[in-house]
Amino acid sequence: MSNLIKFKIDNKECMAEKGTYIVDAARENGIYIPTLCNMPGVKPKGSCRVCTVKINGRLMTSCTTPVADGMEIESSAAEIQDIRKSIIELIFVSGNHFCPSCEKSGSCELQALGYLYQMMVPRFPYDFPLRKVDASSPKIIKDQNRCIQCKRCIKTIKDEQGRSLFAFRNRGHRIEVVLDKELGLMMTEEMADLAMKNCPVGSILKKEKGFDIAIGRRKYDHEPIGSTIKL
Amino acid sequence: MSQKITIEPVTRVEGHGKVTIHMDDKGQITQSRLHIVEFRGFERFVQGRPYWEAPVLVQRLCGICPVSHHLAAAKALDVIVGAGTGDGLTPTGEKMRRLMHYGQFFQSHALHFFHLSSPDFLFGVDGDPAIRNIIGVALTYPDLAVQGVMMRKFGQEIIRATAGKKIHGTGAIPGGINKNLSIEERDEFLKGADPLNADKMIEWAQGALDFFKNYYAANKDFVDNFAQFPSNHMSLVRSDGALDLYHGRLRAVDAEGKKILHDIDYQEYTNYIEEEVRSWSYMKFPYLKEYGKENGWYRVGPLARLNTVDFIPTPLAQREFEIYKALTNGKPNNHCLHTHYARLIETLHAAEMIRELLNDPDLLGNDLVIKGTKQKEGVGLIEAPRGTLFHHYRINDDDQIEMANLIVSTTHNNEPMNRSVNFVAKSVMTGKDIITEGMMNSVEVAIRAYDPCLSCATHALGKMPLEITLVDKDNNIIDRKKSH
Repeated sequence: MSNLIKFKIDNKECMAEKGTYIVDAARENGIYIPTLCNMPGVKPKGSCRVCTVKINGRLMTSCTTPVADGMEIESSAAEIQDIRKSIIELIFVSGNHFCPSCEKSGSCELQALGYLYQMMVPRFPYDFPLRKVDASSPKIIKDQNRCIQCKRCIKTIKDEQGRSLFAFRNRGHRIEVVLDKELGLMMTEEMADLAMKNCPVGSILKKEKGFDIAIGRRKYDHEPIGSTIKL
Repeated sequence: MSQKITIEPVTRVEGHGKVTIHMDDKGQITQSRLHIVEFRGFERFVQGRPYWEAPVLVQRLCGICPVSHHLAAAKALDVIVGAGTGDGLTPTGEKMRRLMHYGQFFQSHALHFFHLSSPDFLFGVDGDPAIRNIIGVALTYPDLAVQGVMMRKFGQEIIRATAGKKIHGTGAIPGGINKNLSIEERDEFLKGADPLNADKMIEWAQGALDFFKNYYAANKDFVDNFAQFPSNHMSLVRSDGALDLYHGRLRAVDAEGKKILHDIDYQEYTNYIEEEVRSWSYMKFPYLKEYGKENGWYRVGPLARLNTVDFIPTPLAQREFEIYKALTNGKPNNHCLHTHYARLIETLHAAEMIRELLNDPDLLGNDLVIKGTKQKEGVGLIEAPRGTLFHHYRINDDDQIEMANLIVSTTHNNEPMNRSVNFVAKSVMTGKDIITEGMMNSVEVAIRAYDPCLSCATHALGKMPLEITLVDKDNNIIDRKKSH
């Protein structure tokens, strides 16, 4: 018996397996819902809120909410677009994101979303927090100025025993993602490559790599974020 | 009554500056100064950043010649990643960088001549300021204006093909370059429809030079005598004495042509050059240590380069170089306005170099980067359009920049610019009660000859204009004029 259920996104009839998260179900139906903390194959956390949609009048994160039969989801309404844009602006002002000199520029998901939502000047004042750059690892640089605490590195960069090389430190507004001092020493070239790739911003930079991808060949130079999902 | 004249802002220069001229009771000029009043502090805020960010970050000093900063920083980092001191890159890496640099030279010199300086020559130094500008040039001499715009465009397209963007690209990386040139890009520059091809650019560069030579022939006394004073001159030269804008050894000559800095390895520049700070300007005053503050100052830029080099390694520019050198019987040229002449010879040389490089198959190669044993410190020098540019970085064990020192072309020219201002102020303002717009522009013409980039020189961000103030001996402001 099929587990397919029917639901609507912006009045478009969609189908997906029961239990599928909305963001994935939307993707399968050719609809792009932006994400930052979420990535395929990793248990969703719903921390960045960029994937916010409206379901039965309630704002919910689409990466943590499974589709239900007959569900009606609003994703492209102006109100929701503006909420997402304001979240992106908040992320920008709460860190120190200087795209002009960032190696991830052109391949950065946060920057790409800024372009997608045509963010010109954030509506919130810049926080300019004092944050540090940890360059003590021989393989990577962890720039806290750019970290958005999405947890993608914690969830995906693990040793053979499944231990995360990255971890949270401190609590509340002082929380930061750091490379574990001991496990970090076991980081391989491949892990460093993957950590830089999986970081949605320029917070994890692999050493000795710097700007090796020419302008014109970067991830979002020719295709805006999400454009490959749309049918 | 003694007075102080202020010109603020100085116009048609890159950056923000002002001039003060002090006049005593008898109308004699007692002191003239060019003050650079902006400050930014790049040397400080690159500290702690990963070293490979420097070429991309520091070039944000400027939107006119960011390529020079980009390449000088990359050359310093070549040393740090063990890729040699300027001549150790792969052929593709070095030649792509050279193409980027000559494209930059071509567009920057074209910008200066056509947009900033040609109004003075076309309409006269004391011409109507309402038309003595690039708009006036476009309305009165449209063909010339179009040439200026298209020459800039050609140079900018070369930069885009090599650096990735026309302004603030990322092409040069420590140890090499991040892309080669495609056959399509090369053919477009060599065989593109007129006027955007290398042959046309050489023709137009020759035309601009001929224009200036005609102007010179008709205004010889003015061009020869305007702010003419002896000085030392410094630039990079190739090991065989040729003009080389990308790499070489550091040479300086005195006003008579005697070598006073003997083709030194610029990694050791701190043994030879020191910088002095003066309280009234954010721009430092460099000088040759051996000759002291009083006698060790020097000029850099087009005039200085053609005084230090023995020859130019492209045929058309070499022919013009010989004519130019004959004007001073082979001795160094100390005529301030001849800087324009020298700049246009360099423009022709840059166009010839671009064509020569485009015909070199090495540009199409795939061996882009080379690295060796990591070093802690590196110095990168390059001849920027405005003169010799120094970038010096030291890194810590974690690959972070812990020290940066930049000596920008305009900084080297600080003392000569001040002397030029003083020279012109004395000759046009002595004994005058009223300061006319024409007199003010004369002072600006002297500054403009150096094509100064005041933002770069103080690593500062600011507005472009210049102000002149007239004060009495008690420092009371008598008159102040601004040009916009």
